[in-house]
Amino acid sequence: MSTLSERILGASAGEYVDRKVDRAYVHDGTGVLTLETWKQMGTERLSDIPELYVLFDHIVPANNTTTATLQHELREFACGSFLHFSDIGGGICHQLMSEGVVLPGEVVVGADSHSCTPGAFGAFATGVGATDMAAIWLTGETWFRVPDSIGIHLSGALTSGAEAKDLALSYVSRLGMDGGTYCALEFIGEGVKTFPMDDRLTLCNLSVETGAKTGMFYADDITVRYLASVGQKAGQQIPETCTYVRELDLDLADIVPLVAVSNRVDTVKPVQDVAGQSIDQVFIGTCTNGRYSDLVHLAKIVKGRKVAVRTIVVPASRAVLAEAIRTGVLADIIEAGCTIGTPGCGPCLGAHMGVLGEGEVCLSTANRNFKNRMGVGGEIYLSSVATAATSALAGEITEPEAD
Amino acid sequence: MQGAGHAVCLGPDIDTDLVIAGRYLRTKDHSVWVSHVFEDLDPALAGQLNGAVIVAGKNFGCGSSREQAALALREAGVAAVIAPSFARIFFRNAINVGLPAIECSVSCTEGEIVRFDLAAGWVDAGGSRYPVRPLSPRMQEILSAGGLVSYWRSHR
Repeated sequence: MSTLSERILGASAGEYVDRKVDRAYVHDGTGVLTLETWKQMGTERLSDIPELYVLFDHIVPANNTTTATLQHELREFACGSFLHFSDIGGGICHQLMSEGVVLPGEVVVGADSHSCTPGAFGAFATGVGATDMAAIWLTGETWFRVPDSIGIHLSGALTSGAEAKDLALSYVSRLGMDGGTYCALEFIGEGVKTFPMDDRLTLCNLSVETGAKTGMFYADDITVRYLASVGQKAGQQIPETCTYVRELDLDLADIVPLVAVSNRVDTVKPVQDVAGQSIDQVFIGTCTNGRYSDLVHLAKIVKGRKVAVRTIVVPASRAVLAEAIRTGVLADIIEAGCTIGTPGCGPCLGAHMGVLGEGEVCLSTANRNFKNRMGVGGEIYLSSVATAATSALAGEITEPEAD
Repeated sequence: MQGAGHAVCLGPDIDTDLVIAGRYLRTKDHSVWVSHVFEDLDPALAGQLNGAVIVAGKNFGCGSSREQAALALREAGVAAVIAPSFARIFFRNAINVGLPAIECSVSCTEGEIVRFDLAAGWVDAGGSRYPVRPLSPRMQEILSAGGLVSYWRSHR
């Protein structure tokens, strides 16, 4: 009996396989190096797989002449070669792949570490570097070591105040920053039924913070219904009895609001333990928590009130932004004093649109709080949307109220 | 593949943001990275890397997939990185750019000479010989070719 990774890759854990990939994507950051390396490989031939994507999200719009020039070259190439291309403002690559593109059972690679995110659809989705991606452009395939799998068994349901992000921080703290290295995480158990696709994407997104190759949900009725809503037909995947190298049992009722404190994602504390920590900036967005349901949650908390610190909100995609405008959610957010950025990665990687000053503290819904990541001398705490929104209103880290 | 160099010892969980910060990534001039390697960890390290063997703790290269981390170490003259475990994307990136990433638990002191022989499967450090976890046959071929670009240039 097989794990989902074994089923998709067609071999047993520990074996090495060469696999055609179904989809391969780069962004404006990794795409530049991929293009350079692919040219060095000599043939200037693209593989015959049609599903190659260039999706601009990291520094959008370009922040200076150097970036703009690099982006210009990549844009010209992508359009001239008829690759799928999304220019500035389209959204974060992982989000775009999750809006009716990636399907259950596919092999998907992205030149970005958070390419594990679309594993939420029951795909084998993982990150690669630029040179691996260049070889995929050339041949359409790459090698994998079929991973061992870690079963994360979810039971019960979250209680008020806790979100999927809190569960994600919880499993990262339990596994540690290398507890999932070379493995795939499989989210299983009755508790998975309590999570819609947006939450599943958040849970898979953090899997790489344990070192895991990917995080995966089996496609079920929730997956199929979501994909139908975005115009895609897909079937369910039935879990088989299989062997996990490790199992983690998490009762969702035990999950409380959490924060990861600077500088490690696995150094996690209950929000109440750091309550009162002053903050200079709140950032809500990214491939972790920039989806429409996140903006709805934010609006619900800040509507009719005013944020006490600068609060940057970056929708994960144009579709997310458009939906938030259509439903009035965005107006609630703006009227509360929040600033809206271009759909994309925003200040997560410290390039622009919210870089921290020395000694400043940011509470962020992103997935990384590494030293100096958002600016030299800045500190980053990671939390759920509810904790970030509540803290934005208070001007200090504050536990969210139960719904 | 054989090699040697003076040990530069680092702790566990060194992420790729620490190897080369995001603010230096947007360039095609790879030499830019040489002077900024490990800047946010210890600005003095960049000057010590030419001919060095980095001996790090577990999970070296975690975080971002940025291949510039492996390239920056190679451009800085690092002969190899030895660690008990690597984050998998960095591990692939290192081999793909021809930088030996050696899975091995080594005990050694700063500055001492560390030798390695990947074909024979050992690292010598501090008067002891340590076994190396072997690379897959494909990764050995890629590393022997000097990286994935040369590998494909010779296989096409």
